Amino acid sequence: MSICGQSFFRMSTFASQFLKQARVMTADLRHRKIIRTALTNYEIVRDKRKGAFQSWESARQAAAETKWEAVNHLDKYLVELVSKLEARGTKVHWASTGAQASEIILQIVRDKQARSVIKSKSMTSEEVHLNAALEKAGLEVVESDLGEFIMQLRDEPPYHIVFPSMHLTRGEIKDLFQRELGDAPSDSPEELTMVARRALRKKYLTADIGFTGANFAIAETGMISITENEGNARLTSALPKTMVSLLGIEKVLPRLEDLALFLPMLATAGTGQALTCYNTMYGGPRQPGESDGPEEFHVILLDNHRTELLADAEQRDALHCIRCGACLNACPIFRNVGGHTYATTYSGPIGSVITPHLRGLQDWKHLSNASSLCGGCTEACPVKIDLHHHLLQNRRNAATEEPAFFERSLYQIFGFVANRPALWAVAKKLGRFGQPLQNLVKGTALDPAKAWTQTRDLPPMPKESFKDWWQKRKG
Amino acid sequence: MKNEETVLSEREKILARVREALKIPAHVPGAHGTAPLPASAHSPAADARSWLPKVGDSFAEQLALFQSTAAELKAEVQMVASRDAVKAALAKMASDGNWKRIATHKGELTDFATADLGLPICRTEGGYDVQEMEACDAGITECDALVAQTGSVLVTSLSAGGRGLSVLPPHHVVIARREQLVADLPAAFALVQKKYAPHFPSMISFITGPSRTGDIERILVLGAHGPKKLTILCF
Repeated sequence: MSICGQSFFRMSTFASQFLKQARVMTADLRHRKIIRTALTNYEIVRDKRKGAFQSWESARQAAAETKWEAVNHLDKYLVELVSKLEARGTKVHWASTGAQASEIILQIVRDKQARSVIKSKSMTSEEVHLNAALEKAGLEVVESDLGEFIMQLRDEPPYHIVFPSMHLTRGEIKDLFQRELGDAPSDSPEELTMVARRALRKKYLTADIGFTGANFAIAETGMISITENEGNARLTSALPKTMVSLLGIEKVLPRLEDLALFLPMLATAGTGQALTCYNTMYGGPRQPGESDGPEEFHVILLDNHRTELLADAEQRDALHCIRCGACLNACPIFRNVGGHTYATTYSGPIGSVITPHLRGLQDWKHLSNASSLCGGCTEACPVKIDLHHHLLQNRRNAATEEPAFFERSLYQIFGFVANRPALWAVAKKLGRFGQPLQNLVKGTALDPAKAWTQTRDLPPMPKESFKDWWQKRKG
Repeated sequence: MKNEETVLSEREKILARVREALKIPAHVPGAHGTAPLPASAHSPAADARSWLPKVGDSFAEQLALFQSTAAELKAEVQMVASRDAVKAALAKMASDGNWKRIATHKGELTDFATADLGLPICRTEGGYDVQEMEACDAGITECDALVAQTGSVLVTSLSAGGRGLSVLPPHHVVIARREQLVADLPAAFALVQKKYAPHFPSMISFITGPSRTGDIERILVLGAHGPKKLTILCF
C-alpha cells in the first residue's frame, strides 16, 4: 500500500527514476501502439500453438514438477552436469559474482591472445555487464542476434528479454543502419536483415572467441542447450577456435528427454512457434573424428545471488524461470511503461520478483508495487511460477524489514480510533465535514496524501451512515 | 588461469550455499505441502507424448504431417521414388540454382548423390577452409532423423559433416531415407540416446525450417544468419 506522500517515505533513486520514466512512457501513445501491434500478433500465434497441444495445462504441470525436481536437488544435478562436461574435455568454471564471471572470460581472452569476440544472445551476459568489461580490455565485441545487434548499435540495453528491439520501427532501424553502417538500401525488414547478415558474416569468420548463453543444461548427458531462430548461435559455436558459454546455475535439467517437453514449451510461450528454428545441444569441444568445432569449450556457472533466491523457499520457484518472456507480454504494466523503464536486466513480472533478490530489496521494492495483481503473469507462465503472489511477498518482506513510518502511524491511529465507538462516531462526523475541505487541496503540495489522491477520486461520504439509518428505521 | 585451489574453492563455496539454502524445503508445484513428489524412476517429461501436439499413428499420417509442417515453415520437401531419383533431383537443383561450388561430407548418401554433379566440392573431413565453404552455393548433408511432429531435421556433428556445413552455405540440402522419419520429439531424443550414448557427438541440433528472424517489427524474414533455403530430399 502506498497511500502516502512521497516525502514521508525513504524512496530509492531507482524508485523515483521509475516513477518519472513511467509517467513519460504511459503518455507516449506511439510507443503503446507499437507494443500493442507487436504483441497482438504474438498472442494470436501463441494461442494457436497452445491449442495444438493435447493438454497445455498438463504440460505446464509436468514442466513445473521437472523444474522443481532440478532446483530442489540443485547440488546433485550441478555435480553430475560438471562431471559429465569435464569427462569430454570441457573446462568448467564457477563464478560467485558477475565480476568473477567477467574476470574468468578476460583470463581466457588473455590466454588465447584474442582480439575479437562474437556473441550470441545472452541475458546472463547483460546481467554481469560482460560487453563493458570486454570493451574496456580493448576487445572488439559484436552481438550477432539481429535484435541485440541493433541495440548494440544504439548503445542501449535490450528492451525485452526475447524481443530486444521490439519497440523500434523499421524506419528507425533504417536510419540507424545508415548512420552506423552506411548501408541501408530501404526500410524493408528483408533488406535490413540482409544488411546485418552481410556485416556479421565477416565477423563470424574472423572472431577469436565465440560467446553464448544457454537456455538449459542437461545433467544426465553433460550438455548445454541453446534455442534460437537465426542460426547466429550455431555459427558462433561452429567457427571460432574457442567457445565460451555463461549460464546461471539454475539452468540445469535432470535428463535429456526433458527437452522433448521444454523445447516446444519455450517456443510456444516465447514466440508462438511450435519449435524455434535451431535447438542445439553442445556437449564438448570438437571430438575425435569431427571435422570442425572449437578446440576449447569453456562453461561458466554463475551464482550472482541465485543462491539467495534459492534460500527463500517461498519464492524458490522463481528459479524455475526459462526466460520465455510470456509474463512480460501478458503484463499490463510492462505493456504501458515499456521495458527500459524498469532499469533492470530482467523486466516485467519476473524481473520485479527477482531483481530485489539480485540487487537489494529496499532499492527495488517499488517494482513489486508496479503491478495490478491481475495474475495474468502467473497464468501465462509455462512453468507455473506463482508470480503475482511473489510480488505481494516482496511488498510484505519490504514492509517487515523496514516499515514506513507514516504508513505504520496511520494504521496505528486508525486501529486506535476504530476500536473506540465514541471516537469512531466523532471521526465519521469530522470526515463528512472535512472531505469537502480536503477536496480543496486534493493533489496539491498541501495534501499529505498527494501521491495517492492526485490520480484518484474518493467517493463522497454519504450524509448518513448505514448504522445511523438502521437505528433511525428501528426507532 | 586461476590456480586449481581457487577454482575448487569457488565451486565448493557455491555448492555449500546451495546445500545450505535447500535445508528449508519448498512446496511442490500445484500443492500447498512440501512433501516430495511421489518417487518415480522416470521424469514427468517422459509422458510428454500425451500432451504434446498430436501425431498420427500410421507412417502415412506421420509423413503427411511432416510434409505439411515443413511446408508451413517454408522448408521444401521433395519426395522422390528411389535413390537414383535423388541424384536427378539434386542435379536439377544444381542447374536451377546455378550452383558453382558445393560443400558436403563423407557419407553413403552424400557421396552417391554428389558423385556426378561435376562441381567443385569443398569436403569437410579432417577440416576445411571456412572462407571456401562460405563461398559455396549449397551445403549437402545427411541427417539422423526427420521429426513428423515439428517438421524438424535432426543432425549431429557426426552425421552431418560437423557444425558449420548445415548453417554456413545459403542453401542446406538434406538427403534422407523415408525410414528415418520418427513420430515426435520424445522419439527423436530416444533415438539420440540409443544411437550415441555415452559417446555423444559434440553438437546435436534440431533444424526446423530455414533460418529466420522477426526482430524488425516482428515481421518474418528468412535467412537471418543461417541458410535462406532448406530442402529435404527424401526417398
